[in-house]
Amino acid sequence: MDAIDRAIVNHLQGGFPICHRPYAAVAGELGIGESELLQRLERMLERNQLSRFGPMYDAARMGGGLTLCAMALPEKEFDRVAEMVNAYPEVAHNYAREHWLNMWFVLATETPQRIGEVIADIERETGYPVYNMPKKEEFFVGLRFQL
Amino acid sequence: MKPQAAVDTARIPDELDRRIIRATQAGLPLVPEPYRQIGEQLGIGTEEVMQRMRRMLESGVIRRIGAVPNHYTLGFRANGMSVWDVPDRLVRKYGKQIGALEFVSHAYHRPRHLPRWRYNLFAMVHGRDRKEVEQKVAIIAGLLGGDARDHRILFSSRILKKSGLRLPGGG
Repeated sequence: MDAIDRAIVNHLQGGFPICHRPYAAVAGELGIGESELLQRLERMLERNQLSRFGPMYDAARMGGGLTLCAMALPEKEFDRVAEMVNAYPEVAHNYAREHWLNMWFVLATETPQRIGEVIADIERETGYPVYNMPKKEEFFVGLRFQL
Repeated sequence: MKPQAAVDTARIPDELDRRIIRATQAGLPLVPEPYRQIGEQLGIGTEEVMQRMRRMLESGVIRRIGAVPNHYTLGFRANGMSVWDVPDRLVRKYGKQIGALEFVSHAYHRPRHLPRWRYNLFAMVHGRDRKEVEQKVAIIAGLLGGDARDHRILFSSRILKKSGLRLPGGG
């Protein structure tokens, strides 16, 4: 990444406009051409320096259910249970973490009621309790990277 | 500040909004007129796409529109979920302060599960390595002072699944 790429990333972590020629508008602010901005965004996406470019949606505001869950699993059971849990399409991400609660996953469901059902299914299938930790309040989501 | 109880059910996306969401959740087209392209794809006008996206931005369905840097590729290889036990009446005050720190990507008030899980404030901290994450967590600890009765950093050792949040259905 060169200085222009960094300026693009720093400038575009939010606030991309909704207008007919948004890339041209942003390119103007950065002092580069529209096609150069498009090419650079494409290249940063190809190189995986950006994981995506576009609108970031808040799943909880789409009328569905969303929660963070944790489980405490014995080491020898871990991979087997991870496979069971990951098989649920409602499990969006799942991380192993170094703690007695060693598996942490996000559940996203079509309706809020489905959360409880999926948790009950996972507990029944795996035989281990699920700690449900839905957000009570959100203070910030995003990351202000200064590159 | 988005208390869940304040979600306005009248602002829940309708079917056409959901088609726009499906068409853009992987990203915005990299063409000079991206909203026009989305409209053509869905068989609706550019103005309608822009109006609906503006409304979703206002209501918070769209958090923001922009670039999401890949922490890992950019050298921020360590992430630690820091969890804090603070008095419930101070969670909001500290949540806002912690959420404003530039190295924190998510901050939430979550329920305790006593007696085994006492932590009610979560902050995801990113750094180049574990040491840097620990240094940043120490900054948070300094901010909370004696009001943090206990805290832990849960480092991730493996990604087991990462499909991202997706609306199911076509497109």
